[in-house]
Amino acid sequence: MKETAIPEALGGESFELEAQEGWLSWVASVDHKKIGIMYLFSALIFFLVAGVLALVMRIQLAVPGNHFLSPAVYNQIFTMHGTTMIFLVVVPALIGFANYLVPLMIGARDMAFPRLNALGFWVQIFGGVMLYFSFATSGVNGGAPAVGWFSYAPLSETAFSYGPGVDYWVLGLLGIGVGTLTAGINLITTTICMRAPGMSIRRLPLFVWMTLITGFLIVAVMPIFNAGLVMLLIDRLLNGHFFRADTGGSAVLWQHFFWAFGHPEVYIMVLPAFGMISEIVPVFSGKPIYGYDFVAASTVAIAFLSMTVWAHHMFAVGLGHAFDLFFGITSMAIAVPTGVKIFNWTATMYQGRVRFTTSMMFAVGFLLMFTIGGLSGVAFAVVPIDWQLTDSYFVVAHFHYVLFGGTAFAVFGGAYYWFPKMSGRMLDERWGKVHFWLTLIGFNLTFMIQHVLGMFGMPRRVFTYPALPGWETMNMISTIGAFILGFSVLIFLVNVVLSLRGGKVAGDNPWGAWTLEWATTSPPPEENFERVPPIHGRRPLWDLAHPDRTDEMMMKLAG
Amino acid sequence: MTKAMPENTMPDKTKLGVGLFILSEAAFFSILIISYIYFYLIPSHGPSAATSLNPMRTLVFSICLFLSSATVHLAGRSFRFGRVTSVRWWLAATVVLGAIFLFGQAREYMGLLARGVTISTNLFGATFFTLTGFHGLHVFFGLCALATLLGVAMSGRMGQIKPSGFEAVAMYWHFVDVVWVLIFTLIYLWPLFG
Repeated sequence: MKETAIPEALGGESFELEAQEGWLSWVASVDHKKIGIMYLFSALIFFLVAGVLALVMRIQLAVPGNHFLSPAVYNQIFTMHGTTMIFLVVVPALIGFANYLVPLMIGARDMAFPRLNALGFWVQIFGGVMLYFSFATSGVNGGAPAVGWFSYAPLSETAFSYGPGVDYWVLGLLGIGVGTLTAGINLITTTICMRAPGMSIRRLPLFVWMTLITGFLIVAVMPIFNAGLVMLLIDRLLNGHFFRADTGGSAVLWQHFFWAFGHPEVYIMVLPAFGMISEIVPVFSGKPIYGYDFVAASTVAIAFLSMTVWAHHMFAVGLGHAFDLFFGITSMAIAVPTGVKIFNWTATMYQGRVRFTTSMMFAVGFLLMFTIGGLSGVAFAVVPIDWQLTDSYFVVAHFHYVLFGGTAFAVFGGAYYWFPKMSGRMLDERWGKVHFWLTLIGFNLTFMIQHVLGMFGMPRRVFTYPALPGWETMNMISTIGAFILGFSVLIFLVNVVLSLRGGKVAGDNPWGAWTLEWATTSPPPEENFERVPPIHGRRPLWDLAHPDRTDEMMMKLAG
Repeated sequence: MTKAMPENTMPDKTKLGVGLFILSEAAFFSILIISYIYFYLIPSHGPSAATSLNPMRTLVFSICLFLSSATVHLAGRSFRFGRVTSVRWWLAATVVLGAIFLFGQAREYMGLLARGVTISTNLFGATFFTLTGFHGLHVFFGLCALATLLGVAMSGRMGQIKPSGFEAVAMYWHFVDVVWVLIFTLIYLWPLFG
């Protein structure tokens, strides 16, 4: 591979980061890179916590009639696992990458609102602490919320959840919601207002495109959730009536509000992952992305469609034939722009010189796993299939293929790809490949079999099950897979720690990549760039390295 | 306003940021409004908008809020022309009008609570107090921002206020006003004609 040459002025030294060390330099920082790393670190911590919760659940389910956990504790644990993974792991991890990368990729010194950025991060962290504080509440009704991550009314109302768990859940999520909202506003404003000269909207790296659209989704739907949470809190603390059917309220209204947020949230959790894949796949295929405009435009289509599909989570409610038909059709329609992207990435690899680094392996893993999750998702758009399989382990399998097989694979791919930029050192590739294969095997062992379990009729969210034919074996396989998956995360942690201490020094651009973040030192100085390279196309560093055949020239040649 | 140079066509970040914030607030209020309409259409026992509210009295206080949108606009115009004294007067008028509106709302709440109409009485109470309460909270935040501007203008350091910052506060205040137009129509006028 050919190292991309960087002009002398850009390779210069600027080590202001070393000048200010210690805890305070992080806590008091408004630098987007430090805040980005703190987001990633907090997401990793919560990932470990929620991962342990998942393993505890799998121990309980390993054999039928198990008494490892009581039903009450089991309910708390699956609620906290889901809530944590979604609000404190996936979203913050993606916002963390966006925080770190967007200003670098567009040639800016920082986010548009650096202090708001820090505020959003800390509000989110304290929201998370508030949520976990619920474990410390005591008494017969104490403990964490035990209502599932979507907290359906009337189960979440005081009549059925008397303890303070759900109140902590609401308050914690309000804090996290406000934090996410500020991040969304900041990402949009940064992308629109802070671009370096020449970085037109059609030259943005696709990761930036994806985070821009994600920002708009956050601004549009996060407040829906916040409004619903406030109403639930009024019901619980002020004896309101919004979602209490016994006093004229509507439990179904909560479902509408929750999923009007909850389904776009799924795309908030996957679009930035699409962006990472759109950066990783071209670099390691040695080709520019195939169909840049289609990747960007299909994202806009996804964003709009994602706000019209929410009630496919509610087919079992009995909304009526017309409703079911409408939401079934929109849910199938949203698979089209998503499928467009899969073809874009595949076509980018086609006839490319593919380098199978760990990062690229995770990207390919993402393509395969996410496609499985997407296909089982389209199956759910068929209303009778949904009626048959809803609230079974088939659903659990489906969304883990989307969120773990999709987003988590992309985030790991992104971690291997951008770790050198953030730390100045490479993650070890041998450990990385062990990590990848263990993740792939563990993940598929855990969740592939759950499709079958669901079709055999095992409901989700039950703390135990009878020894029906096949259930015992399948659950044991799933538990074994979960422990392999857990072990793979340990390998990743070991790799991170060892590589931070003694990894190969990365240099500015270890992968021969083309976007602006690789034009500065690793890690970048506090002000990011001494001078931003000229931007005449989508791949400024390629143009710098190949002045005789820049993208601009090739486009002209192609007519 | 000065014309932007051709190469510097990026929008102002403060205004864009506040615009996005207002967009998110609009989404928040739209959910509260949908809840109000949803439960308004389901007849329920006990007090309702028709039996508990006094549209004429609220109209008087509402007019104060509507007028304050005009005064903040005039304050902004004076600010652009650098007329310090008239900025002070128009800002002061805006703060006073906003405060009168809040006073009116407080009075209305006191009356309702005295007659036993609370947030937990029935769905009218829950939706009414939630929607108007959150609006009142936004008026209060807007007043804080306006009072800060006024304080800076009074201290003779008006030059330190960035034009985009001034406009952002004005945008937010207009938004709070527009939301009240919707709420007033929905809660107070609908029962009169429906």
